[in-house]
Amino acid sequence: MQGPLIDSLTRQGITRRTFLKYCATLASMMALPPTAGRAMAEAMAAAKRPSVIWLPFQECTGCTESITRSHSPTIEGMIFDMISLDYQETLMAAAGFQAEEARHNAMKENAGKYLLIVDGSIPLAIDGAYSCIGGRSNVDILKEAAAGCAAIVAMGSCASYGGIPKANPNPTGAVSVADVIKDKPIVNIPGCPPIPVVMTGVLAHYLTFGALPELDDKGRPKAFFGDTIHDRCYRRPFYDQGKFAKTFDDEGARNGWCLFELGCKGPVTHNACATVKWNGGTSWPVESGHGCLGCSEPDFWDAGGFYKALSTPADPLRFAAAAAVVGAGAGVAVSFANRAKKDAAKTAHETTTLADLEK
Amino acid sequence: MTDLQFLTWVRGTGLNIAVTIFLLGVLWRLVEIYSLGRKPDLSAPRHTPGASGLHTVFRRSLPPPGMLKRSPVSYIGGYIFHIGLAIVVFGFGPHILLVKGLTGLSWPGLPSQFVDMTAVVTMAAMVVVLADRINKPVKRFLSTFEDWFAWVVTFLPVLTGWMAFQHLLLPYTTMLALHILSVELLLVVLPFTKLFHAFTLIGSRWYNGRVNGHKGVPV
Amino acid sequence: MSASLEKGIRVLKEVIDAPIASYFNSCVHCGLCAEACLFYTETGDPKYTPIHKLEPLRRVYEQEYTLLGRLKKMVGLSRAVTDDELGEWQELVYNSCTLCGRCSTVCPVGNDIVYMVRKFREGMSAAGHAPEGIKGAVNRTVTVGSPMNVKLPAVQAQMKHVEADTGLPIPLDVEGAEYMVMLSSMEIINFPEYLGAIARIMQQAGKTWTLCSTAFEATNAGIQIGNSDLAKVIVSRIVDGAERLKVKTVISPECGHAYTALRWEGANLVGRPFDFKVQHIIEVLDEFRQQGLLKTEGFETDRLTFHDPCQLVRRGGVIAQPHTLMNMVAQNFVEMPDAGFMNWCCGGGGGASAIEEGEELRLEAFKKKKAQLEAVKPDRLVTACANCRIVLEEGLEHYQMDIPVVGLTEMIAEHLPEKKEG
Repeated sequence: MQGPLIDSLTRQGITRRTFLKYCATLASMMALPPTAGRAMAEAMAAAKRPSVIWLPFQECTGCTESITRSHSPTIEGMIFDMISLDYQETLMAAAGFQAEEARHNAMKENAGKYLLIVDGSIPLAIDGAYSCIGGRSNVDILKEAAAGCAAIVAMGSCASYGGIPKANPNPTGAVSVADVIKDKPIVNIPGCPPIPVVMTGVLAHYLTFGALPELDDKGRPKAFFGDTIHDRCYRRPFYDQGKFAKTFDDEGARNGWCLFELGCKGPVTHNACATVKWNGGTSWPVESGHGCLGCSEPDFWDAGGFYKALSTPADPLRFAAAAAVVGAGAGVAVSFANRAKKDAAKTAHETTTLADLEK
Repeated sequence: MTDLQFLTWVRGTGLNIAVTIFLLGVLWRLVEIYSLGRKPDLSAPRHTPGASGLHTVFRRSLPPPGMLKRSPVSYIGGYIFHIGLAIVVFGFGPHILLVKGLTGLSWPGLPSQFVDMTAVVTMAAMVVVLADRINKPVKRFLSTFEDWFAWVVTFLPVLTGWMAFQHLLLPYTTMLALHILSVELLLVVLPFTKLFHAFTLIGSRWYNGRVNGHKGVPV
Repeated sequence: MSASLEKGIRVLKEVIDAPIASYFNSCVHCGLCAEACLFYTETGDPKYTPIHKLEPLRRVYEQEYTLLGRLKKMVGLSRAVTDDELGEWQELVYNSCTLCGRCSTVCPVGNDIVYMVRKFREGMSAAGHAPEGIKGAVNRTVTVGSPMNVKLPAVQAQMKHVEADTGLPIPLDVEGAEYMVMLSSMEIINFPEYLGAIARIMQQAGKTWTLCSTAFEATNAGIQIGNSDLAKVIVSRIVDGAERLKVKTVISPECGHAYTALRWEGANLVGRPFDFKVQHIIEVLDEFRQQGLLKTEGFETDRLTFHDPCQLVRRGGVIAQPHTLMNMVAQNFVEMPDAGFMNWCCGGGGGASAIEEGEELRLEAFKKKKAQLEAVKPDRLVTACANCRIVLEEGLEHYQMDIPVVGLTEMIAEHLPEKKEG
């Protein structure tokens, strides 16, 4: 698979016209001007495939599954053709020393230019011993690989924010890439797993403009994470009308009413699921009848129950009984003191005579 | 702290603290106030229909003859913002869910657009009564720090809630967290400020109605 | 000579109770009570806002009976009430409050403000901050028996006059009479017609009645100054007299606070329920009317209006009766704006009329009554309280309004049919 990308695409039966259309769509999705689509197509078609190293840490391979399998054999899957994926444990044929060697070679040959993709969080507890590859801790490998990279893409919620490994009580001391690496541009593509087209869009943007796209305060590409699920949800009108499904099999659920009461975290979740959808635009969680879990937000695992409505607090009456007892106790204590004081005043009462009206 | 962590804190620990202080404070203050007791009235009562504690608890919600005209802003503004608050607090779907989560009780909600409009009207009424407090010599004369403070802690939940709903100024998550936080502030200060009238007003009206009802005066 | 701040505060600690605690905690500083108070409405001065008149009491409550208040006092966040402060409040608690109770009927959170003023006066009087005028009235009532220095011989002289006038006997100390009739000094000295009216009405109704030589004075300056100990001394005379003569009912005269003192405070002052009934003369008249024992003939034809005395109506519960009685004898009876339950005070109740230095303010407040009267332009003004009557007369004179004031009982008596001979 040598030569410009367009050749390999053609070999797989994708016409130039289809590719242009795809790039235009991608550009519009990223809120770039229409001309950017053509520029993108040209840049990508002619791109000399940049070296990419993909490091897996504390992860479940869901991110890789999402990127490589979900859209295959669509154009998403083939986008890998435009990069030189020099290290990806799950995908590569090599193993053991061979694999490590490939990584070292890539790092040496493309020093300062390669793109580093990370999925999974990095455990820091007991010197990173919770997750090692080839006898070296994840944090070591990350630091080494990050030193020579041009930029880092944190794939998925674990790499972006620590994800599920970081969930309370976080036994492995898991952290995100950005918690370890401070001196490289990092783009977070959170999601559990992330949406494939976001990955493609970021790569396309990087190849076209030689820079990462505009990011929000959480390091996410604004183009995809600017709106909340709730903002873009097709069930939003039901929310506004106050029509909510109360259970997963009631009338409201069948009528496709809002899932807020069933715990949907759409209002506080920034992602593009509602517009891009999944599996080639087939569907997405809310459309399938389940509320959004908020998987692309930091610490989503610890943000209250998945099936508790957002406005419903975790357990506010936890101390209610104690509070009532202490409050009533304080009140009774004060009332005893008050009674004593009032009785003392009564006891001290001297019947007023006329003379007592004068000073 | 990210905004979701902030939201999680205010929904969890923050709310625990606020509800705990609120419950503690309400009970403490109620016992403190009503345990002072009072002497029985030994004079022979006069029984007149409509003159009792219970009657006054309800009747005092209406302006006595001539008073509406003398202080229209207090009455009309007061009605609008009290009723508005009730609609916003008890008519908005997510709030009902909160109550349901706490107590198991629930009732049908009002359309969000209506609640949204009510919130705007409520805030407008609150601004008007604040202006009245500043302009009217009597109100200004009576006002202490507590009066201004109580206004702010009552206004903030409405404002932040409305802004969260409208997606104004800050991201929804942050605004929702601020909204819940402002409600927590309200809960914490309520038992210890004049806002406690929400509870004592029933007792006060009842005492007044009873003392005067004993004389056969329907106050 | 023992009045002091300490004593005043101690008395306040005694009188503060759950209603007062509830009231202070309910106040939202809405200022509506000011709109109900004629001292504010006629002067526009915010210091006359009723709830503000209780500020020292509120602080004593907070500092003594709330946990937070105690803490605030301990760390110096809350000032203790000073003697000077109470001195400053004397004008607000006495001169500018007639205990009319309008504020208590409008407070949206239900605060009975006048209940608190009455209690605050207990502390104020114990601290030596009662006005000289009321102190004098208390002194005379306790020592002589009447705030106007009226003694039994004066009453007896009046009785003789009335007997001569009406040809009816005026019974004194008749044991077992159904009614014991009380008088106020003002009726003995200024309005002797009252006694004659009673004699004729009782005659028509066929009821036995008596005056009491040891308890003819109904007024109770102890209530006005707000001192329960002294009020008890005064009211006890009436209780003793009524019990000695074994009467069924004691009739309070046309005097508002005398009615409050005897009807509502009396039993609480002596610490036990009465064995006898207490009724205001207006109540008795209306009862007679209902029983067919009160018949009148003819009507007053001039334009009349009725001033509802606060202590009789709003504070006493005798609300509809005076208006019913008015209609019995008046053809051209017009109601003033706000008449009845929400009527405005004459401005001199609750002891205020005894305060010399409060006269200017009282006359200022009288503008309310003036406006009410100007709205209906009556030829004569009827009322059922001798104190109201005097204050009204003073005010009318000051504003040069030529409206005579008459008592309702006398007016009724004038329309009794001529007694058939034999």
